[in-house]
Amino acid sequence: MDFFNLQPAEWQALLLTLKVASAALAVALPLAVLMAFVLARYRFTGHGAVNALVHLPLVLPPVVTGYVLLLTFGRKGPVGSFLDSVFGVTFAFNWTGAALAAGVMAFPLMVRPIRLSFEAVDPKLEEAAKSLGAHRLTAFLTVTLPLALPGILGGAILGFAKAMGEFGATITFVSNIPGETRTLSLALYTATQTPGGELAAFRLTLIAAFVAFAALIASEALARRLRARMGGGHA
Amino acid sequence: MLDVDIKGRVGQLDLEARFESGGGVTSLFGQSGAGKTTLTNMLAGLIKPLSGHIAVNGTTLFDAQKGINLSVQARRIGHVFQDARLFPHLSVASNLTYARWAGRRPGTRDMAEVVDLLGLGNLLERKPGTLSGGEKQRVAIGRALLSDPRLLIMDEPLANLDQARRNDILPYLDRLCVEAGIPILYVSHSIEEVARLSNTLVILSDGRTPAFGPVADMLARTDLGRATGRHEASALLEGTVTRCDPDWGLTDVDIGGAILQIPDMVAEPGDAVRLRIRARDVALAVVPPEGLSIRNAFPATIRSISSEKGPYAEILCSASGQVLRARITRASVADLDLHTGKDVTVLIKSVAIDRRQRAPALTDAATGGTSAG
Repeated sequence: MDFFNLQPAEWQALLLTLKVASAALAVALPLAVLMAFVLARYRFTGHGAVNALVHLPLVLPPVVTGYVLLLTFGRKGPVGSFLDSVFGVTFAFNWTGAALAAGVMAFPLMVRPIRLSFEAVDPKLEEAAKSLGAHRLTAFLTVTLPLALPGILGGAILGFAKAMGEFGATITFVSNIPGETRTLSLALYTATQTPGGELAAFRLTLIAAFVAFAALIASEALARRLRARMGGGHA
Repeated sequence: MLDVDIKGRVGQLDLEARFESGGGVTSLFGQSGAGKTTLTNMLAGLIKPLSGHIAVNGTTLFDAQKGINLSVQARRIGHVFQDARLFPHLSVASNLTYARWAGRRPGTRDMAEVVDLLGLGNLLERKPGTLSGGEKQRVAIGRALLSDPRLLIMDEPLANLDQARRNDILPYLDRLCVEAGIPILYVSHSIEEVARLSNTLVILSDGRTPAFGPVADMLARTDLGRATGRHEASALLEGTVTRCDPDWGLTDVDIGGAILQIPDMVAEPGDAVRLRIRARDVALAVVPPEGLSIRNAFPATIRSISSEKGPYAEILCSASGQVLRARITRASVADLDLHTGKDVTVLIKSVAIDRRQRAPALTDAATGGTSAG
């Protein structure tokens, strides 16, 4: 039965992973919703460039993304040194850096489905809302956003899963520090590199699978409730 | 009430519209592609005209010279779209009250009254996805009414409905037009709807407004053939029900001297009715005919005869102070020696009843338009 007793280090990795992924989601999701809406509804010069930039982490080797993050947000990087000196915030080699890496990697995966769901909402509904006196933000919050909610939920699940499993960019940017940046994936990698770590690696695999499965079940239930609220039809 | 003089351009369409209307129901009539939706979108503030001005009830909504261009929200125009545009994630009740909770327009109109007017009582808890096309349009009309509008624009609300649904919703529109208490701009390409519902008719053709005026006068004009549709040419008569004869199933309507007998009409003496008589249902005789099955025949005087190419001529006759329109062949005009001023007998083959109001309701209709704002 010892098999099911998690070691303190494994607990630590699990909780850290949840913390990192939640933080990444909390910050990246609102930004992804905003970016998806802008890309879906507005045509401007540089639209294509912005779109490409958003999707860059999807096609770049994660190690490259991690290295770019290190160069910009590291203690000596332009953004990193500015944030350090003005706000005293550092990303290098701590869990917020892991969350940043996870958020950047998850961002394109969130923007895609959310953008598609915004494009599926008829902009004429917003015209109707405005004709009834609602201002732009109110129309967005009461009509467009709720109608895009299933897609936002899908994007959030995808982003959370990606953030949970992020490896390459994280290890390049913030290294593999127990209790600070060693998430499940990194712990699993470490276990496979340690003599006699097979059992630990197997347990970590099960934990990762269980968390992913639970997230999927929860999102399915949430999506069903959303569809029921939409009245099961479209006007 | 409604004062519009605008120019604009959208895509291939050059729009140049100028009309005034005294309130009540103004119909904007034109064929598909004439620019009806473009014009209503300019009134609603969804498209900006290049020049000109728009005023409703004395409030300027747009004036290019003075640099006035109110936002969609500030125009307070209730817009009933062709495709209803209900919010699919909200219940009917939340759709109806949207202007109150999202548009911050408290509104003066009683919700229960609107629900009753449009027969929405059983639909309040439903989602738009479960409604029929006619029900959706009724909800859309109610939603616009409850947004405290200074003008209600209805952009072909029946265009996407089949005939049965149209017949379901038309009685609600009859009541609405009488009881709304605000000016209504009704957009349509159906002369039946226009003749039935409106007080003023504005004709829109190829982006221009060649004519506007009281609906009966407009329908009596023969120079607007292409814009109003030759096939649909008709005249409107206002009358009062004088007698109902259940034995023969006939109702007598006094049109100001002459009596028309109309079969299968649900009415009571005293009711005011609006009758529409299509030009192709009217025949002319130079001597009062005898031994005819047609019951509605009365004397009239020819006012004008259109001189056009083609086999048909449009003839306007006055009878009992009202104008009738007849469409007969030019050959008959020549054979019978018809000319302006000649006394003839008009024979009416069939009559459409367009609107029926109880006598007191008619006075409401007369004042309804002017009491608003």
